[in-house]
Amino acid sequence: MDKERVFVVVLGKDQKGIIARVATLCFDHGGNIEDVQQKVMDGTFVMTMLVDLSGEGCEPAVLRGALDELGAEMGLTVMVQNEAVIKAMHRV
Amino acid sequence: MEFGVEEVFETAGMILFENFDIRAVTLGVNLKDLMARDPERLADGARERLTELGSRLVAEAAAVTESLGLPIVNKRMSITPAAWLIEPCPQEDAPIILAQALDAAASQAGVDFIGGWGALVQKGATAADSRLMESLPQVLGNTSRLCGFLNLASTKAGMNLDAIARLGHILKDMALAADKGIACAKFVAFANAPEDNPFMAGAFHGGGEPDAAINVGISGPGVVRAVVAQHPDCDLTMLSEIIRRTVFKITRAGELVGRELARRLGVAFGVVDISLAPTTAMGDSVGEILKGMGLERVGAPGTTAALALLIDAVKKGGAMASGHVGGLSGTFIPVSEDSAMIEAVQCGALSLEKLEAMTAVCSVGLDMFAVPGDTSPAALAALIADELAIGMANDKTTGVRVIPAPGMKAGDMLDFGGLLGRAPVMPLSPFSGEKFVARGGRLPAPLRSLTN
Repeated sequence: MDKERVFVVVLGKDQKGIIARVATLCFDHGGNIEDVQQKVMDGTFVMTMLVDLSGEGCEPAVLRGALDELGAEMGLTVMVQNEAVIKAMHRV
Repeated sequence: MEFGVEEVFETAGMILFENFDIRAVTLGVNLKDLMARDPERLADGARERLTELGSRLVAEAAAVTESLGLPIVNKRMSITPAAWLIEPCPQEDAPIILAQALDAAASQAGVDFIGGWGALVQKGATAADSRLMESLPQVLGNTSRLCGFLNLASTKAGMNLDAIARLGHILKDMALAADKGIACAKFVAFANAPEDNPFMAGAFHGGGEPDAAINVGISGPGVVRAVVAQHPDCDLTMLSEIIRRTVFKITRAGELVGRELARRLGVAFGVVDISLAPTTAMGDSVGEILKGMGLERVGAPGTTAALALLIDAVKKGGAMASGHVGGLSGTFIPVSEDSAMIEAVQCGALSLEKLEAMTAVCSVGLDMFAVPGDTSPAALAALIADELAIGMANDKTTGVRVIPAPGMKAGDMLDFGGLLGRAPVMPLSPFSGEKFVARGGRLPAPLRSLTN
């Protein structure tokens, strides 16, 4: 895998501050946000944030833990998916 | 490269809601170079190598899960067929010494299972093969992570009915060797056993394999079930297309995991096994896929045709997605591990005979089913011979994992708990094939032309 980029996927009930808080957390952990998309799908709020984690001092495992905590606090499901997986599954 | 939110959500949803995971990463390990006359020396060498490699496998699998965000459920190892390893050991208890070392290594490394306690006897058995066969009850009854197999038939060699007849007796002893007949759940009798199968109980590291290789078993019954449920009215051509597309995606994920894990371990990447492997988790069921295709219950008329469509679509999607597809690569229909299969047996929709017909189009054979505890050795042997004949005659893998449930009769429930699930005890035909089995000898290899 070349560049270490992940999709932070947030699912759940729409509420104030989702993008702000997830983005802040990513920034605090050294990630660089390259893209953000959001949509309501089947009645569920879905947000994806493409984050580059190859910067210095960035600890993907620590960020993942922090996102889990944030998800629990806000009542949201938060997943971190490596871009390589999405690429393998959705592009030939 | 840009990805839509739908694509990212689809993958996340598969994992979150549809039980998508990498079912097994299995590290095949060659042990032939450790062979010695002294079984203690062989056992020590095997224990050391497997503990070291197994520990690395567990650690790197965790790292890959962390990095890729894809859950890897089981970490396993497979070894050179153990009958080969004990060939030079004259000592009577050599099988037990080796088996205990293998089990200890698996336990110490933290791998879930270690496969390869087996022999290839499709044409005949060496003295070591026979010793290994006779060791099965004691070994599988007294170890927790070791799994066994025998290859008793092949399309090239025919079928060894002498060995199958003997196995009937050995299975009876195995059933009594541990609580609930669980030793039988750790053993498969094969025709055309693949050398690179990552799934238990039949995994082993074959003679044509390198020193070490990673083989990956994906899992996606829940994903396929969901996509079939989303298309309740399309015709079967379209349904096949939809299943192919889905299996393509999950196989690509499996290939990515396999290659990354092999790279980290510094070993060869072997194959992706594209089998759909159900679990006892709600919805993670091959039977539910068949019901979603329009069958009232598994076993209803149409079941074999539906399974043929499913497995064909799985193979086409998977073969397109991976450069190396191998192992069993079919649809697993274990009775005890699939809620819709259990339901079908309980309500009378699925008989053993229909299950056998289903396995003619499905790679893995009669899997994880229970028969009455008083089933005779000859009846078990005849049952195995029937199933292996399907594999032999059709140039495909078939296997039998049967549990003669101690003290139980047809209609009782053998509950293993956990991943092995629960098996309703199925009745066998009351009529005997004993005289046929008693003839012994070998079934000749089938003709591969004049195919009508």
